[in-house]
This record gives sequence, structure tokens and C-alpha cells, in this order.
Amino acid sequence: MDNLGTIGTTEEQIELMDVATSFCRDKSPIDKVRALMDDELGYDPQVWQEIGELGWLAIAIPEAHGGVGLTMAEVVPIAEQMGRNLLNTPFGTTTLAAQAILAGGNEAQQAKWLPKIASGCAATVALSEDNGDWDLTNITCSAKQNGDKIILSGKKQLVRWADSAELIIASVKMDGDVRFALIERSILGETALRRESIIDETARSFELTLDGVTIASDDLLDAGRTRETIEKIDLAAGLIHAAEMCGGAQAVIDYTLEYLKTRKQFDKIIGSYQALKHPTVDNYVEYEKARTHLYSAAHSWGEQGRGEVAVRMAAAQAHTSYSRAADRSIQFHGGFGFTHDCDAQLHRRKAIFDGALIGDAAYQRSKLAGMLFD
Amino acid sequence: MADKPSASELKEYSEAADAWFKENTVRDPGFMLPLTFMEVGTDQQFDFLREWQRKVYEAGYLGASWPKEYGGGGLHTDFQRAATRAMKKYDAPIMLNAIGNGWAGPLILDLGTEEQKQKYIKPMLSAEDIWCQGFSEPEHGSDLGNAQLKAVREGDEYVLNGSKIWTSLGDRAKYMILLARTDFDAPNKYAGLSFFLNPMNIDGISTSRIKKLTGEYGFVQTFFSDARISADCLFGGEGNGWSMAMKTLEYERGAKVKPVGGYFVKELDVMQIIELAKNSVRNGKPLLDDPVMRDKMTQFMIDIQALNLNNTRRRMPQLMQDRPMGLPLMNKLARTELIRELTEFSLGFQGTKAGYYVGDENAVDDGYWHRSYLNSFSATIGGGTSQIQRNIIGEHALGLPKTR
Repeated sequence: MDNLGTIGTTEEQIELMDVATSFCRDKSPIDKVRALMDDELGYDPQVWQEIGELGWLAIAIPEAHGGVGLTMAEVVPIAEQMGRNLLNTPFGTTTLAAQAILAGGNEAQQAKWLPKIASGCAATVALSEDNGDWDLTNITCSAKQNGDKIILSGKKQLVRWADSAELIIASVKMDGDVRFALIERSILGETALRRESIIDETARSFELTLDGVTIASDDLLDAGRTRETIEKIDLAAGLIHAAEMCGGAQAVIDYTLEYLKTRKQFDKIIGSYQALKHPTVDNYVEYEKARTHLYSAAHSWGEQGRGEVAVRMAAAQAHTSYSRAADRSIQFHGGFGFTHDCDAQLHRRKAIFDGALIGDAAYQRSKLAGMLFD
Repeated sequence: MADKPSASELKEYSEAADAWFKENTVRDPGFMLPLTFMEVGTDQQFDFLREWQRKVYEAGYLGASWPKEYGGGGLHTDFQRAATRAMKKYDAPIMLNAIGNGWAGPLILDLGTEEQKQKYIKPMLSAEDIWCQGFSEPEHGSDLGNAQLKAVREGDEYVLNGSKIWTSLGDRAKYMILLARTDFDAPNKYAGLSFFLNPMNIDGISTSRIKKLTGEYGFVQTFFSDARISADCLFGGEGNGWSMAMKTLEYERGAKVKPVGGYFVKELDVMQIIELAKNSVRNGKPLLDDPVMRDKMTQFMIDIQALNLNNTRRRMPQLMQDRPMGLPLMNKLARTELIRELTEFSLGFQGTKAGYYVGDENAVDDGYWHRSYLNSFSATIGGGTSQIQRNIIGEHALGLPKTR
């Protein structure tokens, strides 16, 4: 079957993996993660600045626009370690916004935004709407030409980190076609953003009301490249979240193992009971399969056909394995697992949220089936 | 050690191997070929596979990286890898002498005497001497360390009494790698075990065939009744049987002894299953139009792709840092369980035809899928059951306390 890819790494990936492993561990201990859950902003601005200074927002941006000139493959190990340590910041949405501009932006738009993003300015994407459909083209928000201005209307949901973002890229319908509007957050009125209550308490998300928002005619991405832009956003989001979920699965399995190795019941360390040991092994096996798919997806990034199959397999397997491992972690922690203090719920909630953002495992499989069998 | 070949040398060799397997591979001899060495049931199958292995060896495509002085080709492993790739490409039959080439051979090459290497290696490569394995016992399936077959030293001989079971090719083998108890008073069960390169064609050793759940034959039980073997058959010294047995498992990873090449178990061809699904009908429509079947088949594709890629990832230390033992230890569990589930799934494609079995002209693919499903248990049970594998992974890769 020729749309199945292989696996490989680059030197840069491995270097970034090493740096990200210690950075994310050091900057995001669990106490801090929990403290930030109650914080309005939701992340440490100092850490965000350091992420920018490390050049991580510039990785997949071409050198001509102030970037490092690598690809999404090198973003993967960073997102993986962020997920592993629940280090949640606008890193993912900013990376996505840059990919959207790269896919659909004209020279002027790229020249304006990419160097900014590369040097640490946060951005986000506004894609979801009230119908709850993962199909990025099934939208009703609209854009209408009015002289040399464009008037937007409708509501976008699940716009993550919108209060921090300088740029919001929103999908809208214009004359029946999907277009992407570049909106500077500074032009939004005070009531345009409503903070949403979301299942993942480590993230921040907003509903964006576009009614009354007006942008310039040249603040729309290229009409001729809408299809590529949608594909790029879809796959980049799939890859980033697959990486985060993979790291999260590793973390929640380690967290469970720690408990299984120390907790005693009936005079025995509970990890010696096969009723707990065997399903934990199964979850670990599924996690390793997810990580294999992840680095295959990174390796296949940008390849026609193979790239999409690999990303969707990685997203499906990561979502299945993260969900399952976290679900069993809650159960295996017994009474403590039912409390908010147990970290298993942080992961279970994040797996639900990530699936909601990019499409859960069943959705990924339904997209895959067409590519594999038809 | 053989030099790493230049790109042009390797290319030339690969092309020759490719041409050889293209020319010589017989995929359909007119009877069903076994998918694994454990499924060899008839004389016809045995004779065909023995002859095939001899032919491959003589062409230089088996044992190509084993030392020349003992019958190997003395080449760098890259050559053997290229030959194995060609075998896979043309879907060549399996290598028959699995226990010889995969287990006994590497052990003898690693730790054997010069005399043993001269005596055993070449005829094992050519399939002249077939080997079998005597580890499991009727009363000690999963608990190998508890083997009770008695080996008592008398002068320069050992006298063997007891029984071994699940011996693949046991009725056709010339030698057996045998795990036997030489000391019943040892401080622990492992310390009393010794390892023998045991001749099969002697007085006091008899075999009886076991009829499998498939209705076919493939394994035997071997009985030892005052069988006398030379003390020279002892391998690795008295009391070292357990570590010898464990070593045979290590060679599978090919780190210490160059892999002999070929394969003893055929990989399931996923395209064959997709083909079957496409040719199956549900409610008057192609089966793969059914959303439930599509979803399940897609999940299988994800699993298959993960395990195939794992084989590559296992050789990438940069992606194996956190738990280096994880992937190697999980391979058997994941692969054998997947094959069981997948072959079981394939029965559901067949609708009413799932009722037929091998031997009926109405059976789909001559009953291949039913047979494969039933035979798949040999791998989820044999060589350490899936349940034992989970203990091993839990304890050795994840560091969980032992189950007792």
C-alpha cells in the first residue's frame, strides 16, 4: 500500500527533543500547572517569553521571514514534551496560525506576520462554530464586501488563547466560499470575546463574536489557496495535538506506575496484582504504538497522501491511547482517583479537549478509511 | 568481521538475490504451505520446505553472514538483509529449520567449542539436520524454570527420564535443544537446570503426534525412558541450563550473533485481507461500504502499520531512550495478538461461508482464514503466553513488582 509512510528522525529533532525535555520539566512542575489553572491568563508570561527566545515559534517558518527554516517535524518533539508536562501556552495556536499564513498568505501578509510570530508574538485560529462539526468547511460565519472594507458576522467558538493573541485567523464564508480573515485582536470591542468554560482547565478558550468587526480587503488570505490552507491547518493541528497527547499518555502512564509501585492493599504492593498490571501493560503498548505513529507522521510531513494518512493515524492512535490510559489511571487510583487532586483527571480532561479540537479517533479513522480502501 | 560493503557491491548482490528469488520461488506447489515452522503437518510440506531451505542455502542466501569456516557465507550482514528482503518481496516460503538456525545455531556460534561448530552449523543451514526444542513439559507450560525432566549422570553418560511437549518437528528432528534437571537439591529451581544438545534418534526416546485444534498434526510429545546420551551433549556446564535457555531468546534480536536470514514465520499480508473484504458482500453491497466494518478495518490498519514501523524504530536509539526494553519486549505480545484478532475478524467477512472449513470446495480460500485463526493461538500461547508476556513487560520494562 503506497500511501503508508516510514519512520525517521532529523538531527535537529533530536536536539530539540533533548532541550525540550528538560525545559518543559523544569518550567512546568505539577504545582505550577495547578496554580496556573486558577490564573486568569493561564500561563506564565515569563515562560512564554523564554519559549520565544528559544526560537521555538520560529521553527517551521522560512528563514526569509525571520524563521529557522525547518518544518513541522521539528515542532513535534517540543509539543510532545509540552503535553507530557501539561505546559499549556499559546505555542500550538501560534504555530498553527503561522502554518495558515504560510499556506494561504500573500507576500505582504507573510512579510507582515511571520517575522512577528517568529520573534514571539502570540496568534490563534478561530475555526469552530455552533454546529460542532469537525469539517472546517461547514461554517456559517460570513464576510461581506463593503467598499474597500469587509464586514464580518457570526460567532466562532473554542478560540484558544484569544486574549493573548495579537492575531486571530478566522474562517468565514464569502460569496459561498471559505475564506480566512486576518483579525488584529486590538480592533475587537470589549465584548467580542467571552471566556468559555472548557473541560481542559489548563487551557484558555473564548467565544468570538464577529458581528461588527470590520477588516481591510487585503486582510483575507488568498482565495485561490483556500483548499491548501484548510488542509494545512487540519494536518498541522492533528500533528501538534497528536504530539501533545502522546506526551500526555506517557505522563499519565508514568503517574499510574508510580502509584502502582507504592500503594499497598491487602499487604501487597498493588502493582503486583495482574488485574492492574496487565491493563497497564496494554495501555503502555498502545502508547508506544502512538509514539511510533507520531514520529512517522513527523517524518512524512508534507508528503502527498502519505503525510495525511500518517498524521491521521497518529492522531487516532494518540487520542485512543491517551484517553484509555487516563481513564484507567482514574480507576486504578481508587478513591483518590475520584478527587480533583489526582492528576489523572487533568489528563483525562485534556484528552477529551484535544479530541474535540481536531476530531476524535473515530473521526480520524473515518477520514482514513476513504484514503485506504476507496 | 566482514567489511561493510560499498554501495555498488551491495547493489550488485541485491540484484542477483532479487533475480534468484524471482526465478526460483515457488509460491503454489499444489498444496497448502505452512505459514510458520510450527504448522508443518504433512510429509509433503516437510519435504518441500526442507528442499527449499537447502536450495536457498546453496545459492548463498541463508547464513550469508555466518562464519565461512563453519559453512556460512562470511559476508557483512547487509548482504543477508538484502537477500531476506528479496525473499519477502517474492513472498518466498519460510525457512524450515527454525530451532536450528534461530536458536541452537546462534548459541553454538556464540559459546560452542570449535568441534561443535564444525559438527552442527553447516548441516543445520542446509536443513540436513533438523532441530527441535525441548523446553515445555506437560505439567509446566508457562513455568519453564520448573522443568522436571531428569538427567542423571552415570559415568560419561546422562540418563534421561521424563517428557517434553509442544515439540515442533519433534518426530523429524535429528537434534533437540533440551532443558533438563540435573540437580534436584539446588538452592533454587533455576540452578538445578542444565542444557543439552540432545540426539533424537536413540533408544529410549519416542514421540507421539498431537492432533491440533485445527484437526491437523504439527507438534509432538516426546518421551524419554532411560535414554542414554553422551556427557559431551551437555552445553554450557551443569547448572547453567536456565541461562543458556534465556540466551537463545536474546539471539532473536541479532545483537550478538549475526542473524541467519530468512524467516520462520510468514507475516500476514494485509492486502490479502483487504482483498477478501472487498470481495465480500453484505446486504447486497461490498462489505467495505459498511461503516462498522470500515472502522474496524481501519483500526487494524493503524495497528499493523504501528507494529511494522516499530521494527524500524527498534533500531533507532534516539526514539528508545525512556524505556529501551519496551519495544523489544512487547513485540511478541502485540504481533501475535494482532494476528489472532485480525484472522478472527476475517471470518466475519465471509457471511454464511464462515461455516465452511478446510476440505470443502465451497470454503473461501480453501479454509485458509479459519486455519490461520485457529493456528494463531500457537503463537499467543507458545513461547510464553500473552499473559506471561504481560508479566514480563510489566516487570522488566515498567518496573512493576513481581506477581506471586
